[in-house]
Amino acid sequence: MSFAKIPKPDDLINIDYAPPASEWTKTPVDFRPGTWSYSTAAKNLVSLGLPNPRAWQPTDEDWKLPENWKQIILDGMKERLEKYRSFRLFMDICVRCGACADKCHFYIGSGDPKNMPVLRAELLRSVYRRYFTMSGKRFGKLVGARDLTVDVLKEWFYYFYQCTECRRCSVFCPYGIDQAEITMIGRELLNLVGCNINWVLEPAANCFRTGNHLGIQPGGIKDMLEFMADDIEDRTGVRVDVPLNKKGADILFITPSADYFADPGTYTCMGYMMLFHEIGLNYTFSTYASEGGNFGLFTSHDMIKRLNAKIYAEAKRLGVKWILGGECGHMWRVIHQYMDTMNGPADFLMEPVSPITGTRFENARATKMVHITEFTADLIANGKLKLDPRKNDHIRLTFHDSCNPARAMGLFEEPRYIIKNACNHFFEMAEDTIREKTFCCGAGAGLGNDENMEMRMRGGMPRAMAVRDVVKKHGVNRLGCICAIDRATLTTLMDYWVPGVSVMGVHELLANALIMTGEKKRTTDLRGDEISE
Amino acid sequence: MTKFLISVTVIPIVILLALGISMSPAMISILTGVIPYVVFVILLAGFAYRIVIWGKAPVPFRIPTTCGQEKSLPWIKANPVENPAGPPGVLGRMAQEIFLFRSLFRNTSVKIIGGRPVYDGAKWLWLFGLMFHFSLLIVAIRHLRFFTEPVTPCVGMVSALDGFLEIGVPTLYLSDIALLAGLTFLFLRRVIIPQLRYISLVTDYVVLLLIAGVAVTGLLMRHFFPVDLNALKTMAMGWVTFAPVASGNISVIFYIHLCFVFILMAWLPFSKLMHMGGVFMSPARNLANTSRMKRHINPWNAPVKVHTYVEYEDEFRDKMKAAGLPVEKE
Repeated sequence: MSFAKIPKPDDLINIDYAPPASEWTKTPVDFRPGTWSYSTAAKNLVSLGLPNPRAWQPTDEDWKLPENWKQIILDGMKERLEKYRSFRLFMDICVRCGACADKCHFYIGSGDPKNMPVLRAELLRSVYRRYFTMSGKRFGKLVGARDLTVDVLKEWFYYFYQCTECRRCSVFCPYGIDQAEITMIGRELLNLVGCNINWVLEPAANCFRTGNHLGIQPGGIKDMLEFMADDIEDRTGVRVDVPLNKKGADILFITPSADYFADPGTYTCMGYMMLFHEIGLNYTFSTYASEGGNFGLFTSHDMIKRLNAKIYAEAKRLGVKWILGGECGHMWRVIHQYMDTMNGPADFLMEPVSPITGTRFENARATKMVHITEFTADLIANGKLKLDPRKNDHIRLTFHDSCNPARAMGLFEEPRYIIKNACNHFFEMAEDTIREKTFCCGAGAGLGNDENMEMRMRGGMPRAMAVRDVVKKHGVNRLGCICAIDRATLTTLMDYWVPGVSVMGVHELLANALIMTGEKKRTTDLRGDEISE
Repeated sequence: MTKFLISVTVIPIVILLALGISMSPAMISILTGVIPYVVFVILLAGFAYRIVIWGKAPVPFRIPTTCGQEKSLPWIKANPVENPAGPPGVLGRMAQEIFLFRSLFRNTSVKIIGGRPVYDGAKWLWLFGLMFHFSLLIVAIRHLRFFTEPVTPCVGMVSALDGFLEIGVPTLYLSDIALLAGLTFLFLRRVIIPQLRYISLVTDYVVLLLIAGVAVTGLLMRHFFPVDLNALKTMAMGWVTFAPVASGNISVIFYIHLCFVFILMAWLPFSKLMHMGGVFMSPARNLANTSRMKRHINPWNAPVKVHTYVEYEDEFRDKMKAAGLPVEKE
């Protein structure tokens, strides 16, 4: 990862929060290199059947919009105002108190006032007023209404792809106005006229066809999992199974494809496999539903549903009892808040019960999908795992709450319980930066690409600085998380702001400490690093 | 700054309007006999219309923002209010939000100090916001003494409590002071803080100015330019009994007061003041986090084009067989 083209950290941190002299409606958007993402390649739009496939880039003068683009957007707005109470309400009730303003990591990191959630929403709200409210139609500018123009559309594109849908603003808003909801609708509207980014829609297109974002075909998945089984055998002396597309398994296991594709996610995946082997779980991976993540969430509600449909379909085909889900942030937003509504009811599955402890996961009784940290915390609480936390004594860990498990589920204690049982040196970051107030990695929602690097480092700054504080105070050297996007993007973020801190999943930590039946004396952790003993 | 200057013009406009009205008995009788009903109808109908429009839009997904531990395993302590698992929790959460401004209480400010962001508690907005809203409520309740006969006992009690310091004659109400303090704070932060000024619309200032107009004229009448309270009461009782009476010329300040009140009331349904109704309906707050426990129904859930397993296997069958993976069709 090269930081050559972006300012040095010491310069980047000089953030000016003073707004520009010109009013925001008169300040045109500037597509500065390093702060935006490339447009979607036409082939990906074609394969998903999405409108207006063409060659273009955001820096082009002419975006090659359809002739009636304005009508398409306004019709799209009207439709969504009638379909989503959230959207209509959030357009109407903001009082611009500004409580959300300095809660956004992109605003804190950039000082650009249009990154204040209130103003990012006003970009859309001003158009809503102009075409959908009586006062806006009549009094226009005086009441904060403005015409929909190509420049406005460009502004939407720039700023709706500078929001990671992390929902931190919604925690602080007195009415719970959720910028994620507004950004999601904003991106849906942009998608109607073919203005979207490749880092979102290439994974979505891949996922639609091959079952996973990375486009890995069935044999490739098997090879990767086998390769990890080899690594596990090398470290532990235990050979674990790689069950794939297995009918008659009790449990279908779904995790983001990033977990079996690249470091450091692979170590987390090895962790799952070791755990399942050790407890003798009758489970299976699937190649058809080989993706937990869902980049539809960053495209449109329809796309969420199209990609998510595979999970229940595959569970039904394989005849499993229930579904277990790996560590991933936005994946769990979709599983928890959308899946059952969109693709349920899952009446062909059984209410999840841990085959090892007999615990009934009542909180998942309708959706029938359990989070891996809920599952593992229950195993530990029932004494089903032998753990030696000293195996992690070379690690001084802090934990990053991923946005969606935090603010769309409230999954705080489960991962911490596992961590506290699996290692001896755990340090929390400052209170303002964890749990429901956690800061985004700065590159979620499809923004984790290289061309957007400056904005990623800006958006990730608050998280990175909180890590740096515990590095100084407690000598922390490892950042734990339960999100596949985090594992990729926080690694880059740490390299830039806090070199020397590496990133790991909670199940990698667990597997380091897990004493497996018949294992050899371990001299290294899963990464091959010496254990200090 | 232009927006601010434009908004300030609302004050002289309303005052001039009221002055004009006060010069003509005919206009006065319209202001005190007809306009109150017109305004009240606009307020009620407009308010109801907005609520209906919001209510008609479905809530397709269960999307509460969770601010505490979920209810999961029995031995993990859940936070039933910040992350409600059922109606009682939701009720608690909404009550906290509406009566205590819970979310605003979390407010922090950020500064870059020594090359790192530092977060600081910023409770002023919460404090003055709460003061402002509660004093508005108390002032409104106190005004009920003009509209009930005999005066509802709790109204007398609120007034007595509100004036328990017994400073001056007539007694200075604490809520009046709180209201002015709250207004001043909210107005000054909008004018002075550059970021706030940047996001403010003309209407954001106008709302505050209208409320200030109501409050200041009210205070002037109470403490400096007394008006005939019996005449006021007769007039107000006339309104609520649908038998408006001609009041004679009460006072110019009173007509200014009325003009501010009526403009505010008539505009309310079309303005951001609708947050008073909307706050109850926010899906990020008023839903229980039971998304996996109970299936939430989306009324417009429509079929979408999916990629089926059959299509998938048709494309990859040979590769699956080569990798030794089971297939449905040989």
